[in-house]
Order: sequence, then structure tokens, then C-alpha cells
Amino acid sequence: MIVPQVCSWLENTRMAAAIRSSTWLFPTIESIHVLAVTLVVGSILMFDLRLLGIASRDRSVTDLHKEILPWTWAAFACAVVAGSLLFSSDATKYYENGPFRFKMLTLFLIGLNTAIFELGAFRGVSRWNTDKKTPLPARLAGGISIVLWILVVGFGRWIGFTKQ
Amino acid sequence: MLPNFCNWLSNTPISLKIQTVLWIIPAVQTVHILCIAIVISTMAMLDLRLAGLTGRSQSVSTAVSRWVPWVWGTLPVMLLTGCILIIGEPTRELMNPYFRAKMAMLAIVVAITLFVHLRNKDAAYWEARASTAKLAGCVSLLLWVGIIAAGRWIAYY
Repeated sequence: MIVPQVCSWLENTRMAAAIRSSTWLFPTIESIHVLAVTLVVGSILMFDLRLLGIASRDRSVTDLHKEILPWTWAAFACAVVAGSLLFSSDATKYYENGPFRFKMLTLFLIGLNTAIFELGAFRGVSRWNTDKKTPLPARLAGGISIVLWILVVGFGRWIGFTKQ
Repeated sequence: MLPNFCNWLSNTPISLKIQTVLWIIPAVQTVHILCIAIVISTMAMLDLRLAGLTGRSQSVSTAVSRWVPWVWGTLPVMLLTGCILIIGEPTRELMNPYFRAKMAMLAIVVAITLFVHLRNKDAAYWEARASTAKLAGCVSLLLWVGIIAAGRWIAYY
């Protein structure tokens, strides 16, 4: 297996050592991570609720897609960068942590769900763009996304209580 | 006075329950964070609109009435979950300077939001006061960022 070796290389970099030994770096990066995650979850929720026909029903799906998702992606990029820095500080322990693995698995499923939506139902959005009730695949994508993002936050928080 | 209160609270049956059942605190924190996610995202949409940076296809008045109800709807859940966390660990929260800073910032941002909301009864009010709207938007967004950071720093005091 190559992953444990990558982890041990990562946590021995000077950057990882700096994050570990500083009193303020870890909490500061963690604050940025949490801020970014809340923006990802809150903004994606707006879009998902539109897909479910619960909120923003008077706005077209493509309008919201254009208006909200660029913010989601920008916040997601920040969350990934900050999260990777946190991971590097103690890579092996995070890699061995159960909730961390579940969190990564859930993120993978979110990627899958997003890809299926973008390449599937969203291709034909012009047919239901302003409908209050969207087609079943779109509603499914929205509902699954909400559940998976809640799990990401839950597993993320759980890491802090289980990591050795 | 306050230390005594914390002491008393942490020995009540409900606090002991929260302390000993392993999943309560992380589960409640998760709900708390999800509430913060909803509030900060809707506030970001509103604040950026007040500041004139996004969503210009909608008037300020429409933006206020679209986004603020989400804040008032989520705030009670946020406060309730926050209270459960305080009951579970009173000293860790109430005696913590980051927690106190967080509460001060929360009070200010709620006051600003209430002000923006109440003045919005007159649909033209904020259109006519672009610079006040801009200031309210920027300050409140910064306060939310501060609230999240202070919230995380509580754990490091």
C-alpha cells in the first residue's frame, strides 16, 4: 500500500511540522475550513431546495445555478485547501480514523451524485427550467445531496471526538 | 457568582446526561453547525446584495424579504442547540473569552439584521440609503465570519 507512505511523508514535511508546533495555525486553518464548509453547505442547500421545489420556486433553475453554484465551488476549493493542510499535520492518524474515511467516502458519493445530475437531468433543464415541480431525477439529486452534506458535517465533527 | 453557577449547572442531572452519553455533544454540534451554515449563507446573499456586489437583478427590498425569514427561522434552533452545549459544558463555554466575544458579536449582528428588516417595511427605504446598506452588509458579514472563528476557538482556550 502506498497511502500510509504518502501519509508519513506528508506529516514529515516542514509545513506539517509548522502547523503541528504552532499554537494558533491549526485553529486558524480550522476556522477557515469550518467557514468554507458552512458556505458550501448553505449555498448548495439553496440550490437543492429549488430542485425539490421547496424554496425559490419563482426563480428559474438555471438562474440559481448561475447565481449560487460559483460561490459553492469557490468555497469548496477553500475547504479542500484548508482541509488538506489540517490533514497534513497528522496524516496517518486522520487516514486511520473511521469517521474521516466515511467523510471522504461521502464526498465521493456527492461527486458522483453531482456528476449524474449535471450530465443527466440538468442537460434537459430547458424543458423544466421554470417548473415549480421538477422531474424526479432532479428531485432525487437534490434530496440525496442534502442528506449527504449533512453526513459530511456530522462525520467531520465526529472526527474530533474519535481521532487518537 | 458565575463560576458557582457553572459548577451547579454541571452537576444537574441533565448536564451529567449530556456529559456521559458520548454521541450527544457531536450530534448537537452537527445540528448547530448546519444551522450556522443556513444562516451564514443566507446572510451572505443578503449582505452582498446590501453591499451592491451580487444579485442586482433583485431589489434590496426583495432580497431582504427573501433572505431574512430564513435567519429568524433558523436562529431559535441555533440558540437551542447552543444552550444544550452550554448545559453540557458550562465552564468551558461561559468562562471562555472566545465564547463571550462570540455572544457579543451575535448580539450586534442580530440588532443590525433586525434594524435592516424593520426598516424594510418601506420598500424604498434601503434603495434611498445605499451607503448605509453597504455598511450594514459589510459589518454584518464580517461579524458572522468572526462568530464562526470565535466558535471554533472556544475549543482552544
